[in-house]
Amino acid sequence: MNQTSPATKDSFLNRLLGRIPLSGWLALAAPVVAILFAGIVTAIVLAVTGNPPLETIGIMVEYGTQPRTMVLTLNLATLYYIAALAVALGFRMNLFNIGVDGQYRLAAIMAAALGGSGLNLPGWLMIILIIVTAAVTGAVWAAIAGLLKAYRGVSEVVSTIMLNYIGTSVVAYLLVNVFGVAVAGSNNIGTAPIPEDARVPGVAFIPGTEAKVFGLIFLAIALGIGFHVLLNKTRFGFDLRTTGLNQEAAVASGVNVKRMVVTAMVLSGGVAGLIGMPQLLGASYSYSLDFPSGIGFTGIAIALLGRNNPIGIAFGAILWGFLDSSSNILNLHDISPEIVQIMQGIIVLSVVVAYELAHRYRISAEQRRVSRELAAPVKEGASA
Amino acid sequence: MREADISAQPPAVELVGITKRFPGVVANRDIHLSVEKGQIHAIVGENGAGKSTLMKILYGMQKPDEGTIAVNGTKVSFHSPADAINVGIGMVHQHFMLADNLTVLENVILGSEPRKGGVGIDFGAARKKIKEISDSYGLGIDPDVLVEDIGVGTRQRVEILKVLYRGAKILILDEPTAVLVPHEVDELFENLKGLVREGLTIIFISHHLDEVLKVADAITVIRRGTTVASVDPASVTARQLAELMVGSELPSPETRESTVTDVVAVSVRGLTVLSADGRPLIDNISFDVRKGEVLGIAGVEGNGQAELVEAIMGMRVAAGTITLGEADISAWPTLRRREAGVGFIPEDRHRHGLLLESPLWENRILGHQTQKPNVKGPWIDRKGARADTQRIVEEYDVRTPGIDVKAAALSGGNQQKLIVGREMSGDPVFLIASHPTRGVDVGAQAAIWDHLRHARAAGLAVLLISADLDELIGLSDTLKVILRGRMVADVDPANVTPEELGSAMTGAGEAT
Repeated sequence: MNQTSPATKDSFLNRLLGRIPLSGWLALAAPVVAILFAGIVTAIVLAVTGNPPLETIGIMVEYGTQPRTMVLTLNLATLYYIAALAVALGFRMNLFNIGVDGQYRLAAIMAAALGGSGLNLPGWLMIILIIVTAAVTGAVWAAIAGLLKAYRGVSEVVSTIMLNYIGTSVVAYLLVNVFGVAVAGSNNIGTAPIPEDARVPGVAFIPGTEAKVFGLIFLAIALGIGFHVLLNKTRFGFDLRTTGLNQEAAVASGVNVKRMVVTAMVLSGGVAGLIGMPQLLGASYSYSLDFPSGIGFTGIAIALLGRNNPIGIAFGAILWGFLDSSSNILNLHDISPEIVQIMQGIIVLSVVVAYELAHRYRISAEQRRVSRELAAPVKEGASA
Repeated sequence: MREADISAQPPAVELVGITKRFPGVVANRDIHLSVEKGQIHAIVGENGAGKSTLMKILYGMQKPDEGTIAVNGTKVSFHSPADAINVGIGMVHQHFMLADNLTVLENVILGSEPRKGGVGIDFGAARKKIKEISDSYGLGIDPDVLVEDIGVGTRQRVEILKVLYRGAKILILDEPTAVLVPHEVDELFENLKGLVREGLTIIFISHHLDEVLKVADAITVIRRGTTVASVDPASVTARQLAELMVGSELPSPETRESTVTDVVAVSVRGLTVLSADGRPLIDNISFDVRKGEVLGIAGVEGNGQAELVEAIMGMRVAAGTITLGEADISAWPTLRRREAGVGFIPEDRHRHGLLLESPLWENRILGHQTQKPNVKGPWIDRKGARADTQRIVEEYDVRTPGIDVKAAALSGGNQQKLIVGREMSGDPVFLIASHPTRGVDVGAQAAIWDHLRHARAAGLAVLLISADLDELIGLSDTLKVILRGRMVADVDPANVTPEELGSAMTGAGEAT
């Protein structure tokens, strides 16, 4: 079929680059190659530091596939997933919401405070109220950055980073001076515990263990579906993606970009507010000094890994959860668990590079394909 | 007249069987070109026909995959533009590469400064050499003025001088007239004739056929990446040449039978746009566009056209009133204006008109996000949008293998046809067409003109902004000239020549 066009030679490179019909394989191949690459680099690091690479990875896999660890993986992945969705929502319209971390911690303490406030409400209503409080708090905190960007031109990167610091101080202040009570039997300090009937029970997904998966994993799944529907099926999502792809074209098409910046930031912050909920309502029941932190930053890495796509992010979140939970075993074998962080860092870097290469290749491949398909039946002249 | 000595010499440049495979839409294949010494040789072809690739090959910026290049009878192989310069080939780019805040002299010697004692720059020698070149070729250039103080035509001569200064005997000029008004074009042609009289060879790339016929000694036509004909300018007409370029019969932009009605579709009164520092970019502009009328705005670029369009689209803050039909839309946001039936073909389709990395059917939605058949309430109507994209592709002859390819994969002409089709959808009452055929090939240009004419006959009011004077004169029912943000003249398109219009645009003549 290609003989008609002398402009393309039937070489291996051409077959490899231009003539293979484009399918989704690239989207899978890029991260797989990147993860393999990261594995190799990690193995080298392990070997250099005097640990047997294969055995170490074997230990992690063995530990990571035990039912108890798998539950832990899923629970971590639930938090990571919501965090990455929050980040991805911003990324999709070129907003870098670095402030997810501050947003979720502030949201979690407000929600926890409400939960522990002793309101005499039915449990299900309490749960809804707690979740809504978290979403609203996250949204309001993120809206500050959105408004600053839309009306004062302040880079959201700078403002959200600063809001993270402010958020940390506000959380500390609220914990110590407003909501905090001493946790019995320790020098920890936290909000009053949420009553039993306002907790979300876990689900026994994984057989062979007592440990339960967060009930709010379903909230995470629903958010993922909502993300997909909002972005791909609605007018709002189209406007949001348009603004991200080409802001000037968005303006010309009638999108109010300022409003879009604020709305996207509010949505991103709202989702960010929910990050702490599975943990709060499923395990901690109060916000204390040892509430998980830093998940917002993990979310950035996972959003990149998953290409801002809800399914890709799910894989990324589970991978991250697996690496984090299975690294616990390494201490017992006198291997530094930080090796996992090295691996995670390399994965992110190599995935970004691999995606970029695949992306560039795709664009030129499609241009070649179109010009080839058009060149085949030579139809000349204009329709007069 | 020079036949005798030409036949005795090898050609200045000879390309044999040049083929270039290129990741993208255009490639060169089997190019044959023979340029005689001391001639102006024009290369004409549609946009995207492969002229630029060919010139890049000749200037050492691209290596051909097959074929040979010979300069003055000697085979050469270029690895970089420096190699081309060494054998005496110089290139004058379409976009000037001059530093405004340096003098002509400094610009000319930049990168090949004559040295004095190893360290200092020998300005005296440079000035002398520039004077010599300028005088011998009649370029009339003063080496000591700042580039920011000289006009476009002079800047171009500086670019030519820059190339001559480096010893070029063969000059490639890429679309040299694109930035010039008609009388500057004539001056340029005088200069070019002077250059060939002194024995230089000029390769002149253009798609302005009248100019080519006026100035060239020989013409080579490129179509679809290959050379299709070499013709003698004395024996062809512009029409024949254009037909060689497109490979078919060619329509013209003429629309003489008037379809103008009495009904005012759009009325603009006292429109004023200020720059950030309070300078008026658009100064108190008023006009009406009636149904079935094309109002053309002529002007040298940068005299407020872009601001005018953005103000009417609601993309820019403006004072004054804009009335669409009965409604005062001055305070409406862009979206509402679009919903009310304002169509917009933007000047820069990549910046304002397309999502290059989205499929065609999503590009169909762009700018019509609230209108049928693209949406149902808050939901995107994927099926409706796709069906309508298919309709546009067929009706507007968008050459594409399907509606799922990304817009970036289409050629400029096909992208533009998609935009025109989109903006004509949903029965617009007023269309802003900003350079609607810029950077598209002749075939697409004819098709777009055709669509504009049909829509006008159906009662559409059109505001046409263009740098192509033939297009303006040919399509417009009424012509206004914009200069420094003001409407300075009304011109009757039925009896105005491009030359008259050109001088009105520069404020030189009164063409009222």
